[in-house]
Amino acid sequence: MLSREDIQETLNMIREECLDIRTITMGVSLYDCQSDDERRLADRIYDKIMRSAKDLVSTGNEIEKMYGIPIVNKRVSVTPVAFMAGGISPEGCVRIAHTLDRAAGELGINFIGGYSALVQKGFTNASRTLISTIPQVLSETERVCSSVNVASTKAGINMDAVAEMGRIIVKTAYLTRNAGSIGCAKLVVFANAPEDNPFMAGAFHGVGEPETVINVGVSGPGVVASAVRRAGNCSLAELAELIKKTAFKITRMGQLVAREASSRLNIPFGIVDLSLAPTPAVGDSVARILESMGLEQCGCAGTTAALAMLNDAVKKGGVMASSQVGGLSGAFIPVSEDEGMISAVRSGSLSLEKLEAMTAVCSVGLDMIAVPGDTSEAVISGIIADEISIGVANTKTTAVRLIPAFGKTVGDTVSFGGLLGEAPVMRINTGSPAGFISRGGHIPAPIHSLKN
Amino acid sequence: MKAVISVVGKDSIGIIARISASCAECGVNILDISQTVLHGYFTMIMITDIDRITVPFTEFVDRMSKLGNETGLQIHAMHEDIFNSMHKI
Repeated sequence: MLSREDIQETLNMIREECLDIRTITMGVSLYDCQSDDERRLADRIYDKIMRSAKDLVSTGNEIEKMYGIPIVNKRVSVTPVAFMAGGISPEGCVRIAHTLDRAAGELGINFIGGYSALVQKGFTNASRTLISTIPQVLSETERVCSSVNVASTKAGINMDAVAEMGRIIVKTAYLTRNAGSIGCAKLVVFANAPEDNPFMAGAFHGVGEPETVINVGVSGPGVVASAVRRAGNCSLAELAELIKKTAFKITRMGQLVAREASSRLNIPFGIVDLSLAPTPAVGDSVARILESMGLEQCGCAGTTAALAMLNDAVKKGGVMASSQVGGLSGAFIPVSEDEGMISAVRSGSLSLEKLEAMTAVCSVGLDMIAVPGDTSEAVISGIIADEISIGVANTKTTAVRLIPAFGKTVGDTVSFGGLLGEAPVMRINTGSPAGFISRGGHIPAPIHSLKN
Repeated sequence: MKAVISVVGKDSIGIIARISASCAECGVNILDISQTVLHGYFTMIMITDIDRITVPFTEFVDRMSKLGNETGLQIHAMHEDIFNSMHKI
């Protein structure tokens, strides 16, 4: 028989500590949509997505009701569109993006991921075309998310792509200037991008994935923060144990929902992503976990160590709870989406440099960070190169989602609304890396990539 | 299969009677009730058997929520698997 204490603990997690399933993301392969006719290609993509995901939202809602746990987002990720765009004109690429947007709207989902290209080793003609259309696409669509993988530990860093993404981000910020440069919040530059990531804006359906798949992302920073607070003055080893146990419980929710969704939709279960994903809501912050571990404010000395321990404990607890783990799996530190991070930036405790150090020990990277609108393309590319190098050298995923907020300067705030939150514009080092970036070419893969 | 019904809110006469009547109407059998009143605040956890439920479970969930709204209480019915998966290996 279920014990009253166990029932009460679960109810508290859901009602008081913001425990939820952050997303059920259905991956859909577009390979069978190929056509040399741009209109037919777009029509086939639309039909495939609508056919595959027609029951996604209603099924998610039913599961939510049955178990009484909120499932915040239902989303779709597709094969990186650059793979579908061989021989297609820029207008054809934009047409596909509008098709994705329309399908997402009709399905009732808030984001669709996969307007993406993988260029870690070099550009194909199609990936070059697709990347050139990203600013237009992000300014003309509402729900389409884009990502570009510019590096991997195996391939090294495509510095031409890094330079190009600096230009693309600045242009996207300009084209969406009337909405706080929000286009940049839907664009991720990756190193070692995971192919089964359920979280936006970086989700796409990887090349080795099945026809369709269900991936689930869990959340629960508030649950971990409460557990740490309740633990009181214990040692760090004891704290790590406690975080592991809490992560286990959170992940079991994800596993249950993923299995249920997979069986109801008759689509294979892919992975549970063990991430601690914050939201702008009070009580749902990763920064507050670090502070409840004993830091005066997130960003002070000790922050990287605390985050490293948190991230490791979350994975160790989570991995026991799910049959298949994947995606990004780690603590997220998106500034605009985390109430504690926003507060730490405002008070001057958290700098861009400290955030960069923190990304060496957690997922994902410099995420949802607003920088001054007059930041040069070369500086953006330099920030990307730094962050991507951390991923390549450490054989982990890193990503950059910077918003050079048009017309804004340090101290201003950009507001995106909803889960994207609001970001204080951060001070950055404005010294120019233009000479380094303009060299172009390729930074070779690190020696430890040669494992065979 | 079992379901857990949790009730929280201001105490009043007949809370259990109303919930039990709704359960009986839907073929839901009550197995265990654990209930307290502290400072006029009523909390109850009810474990029920839903093997012979006569309506779809999601409809039962809606009925409970509606009953909660009518009586100024928070009433939630949840499938037992969420608790089992979290607390049992």
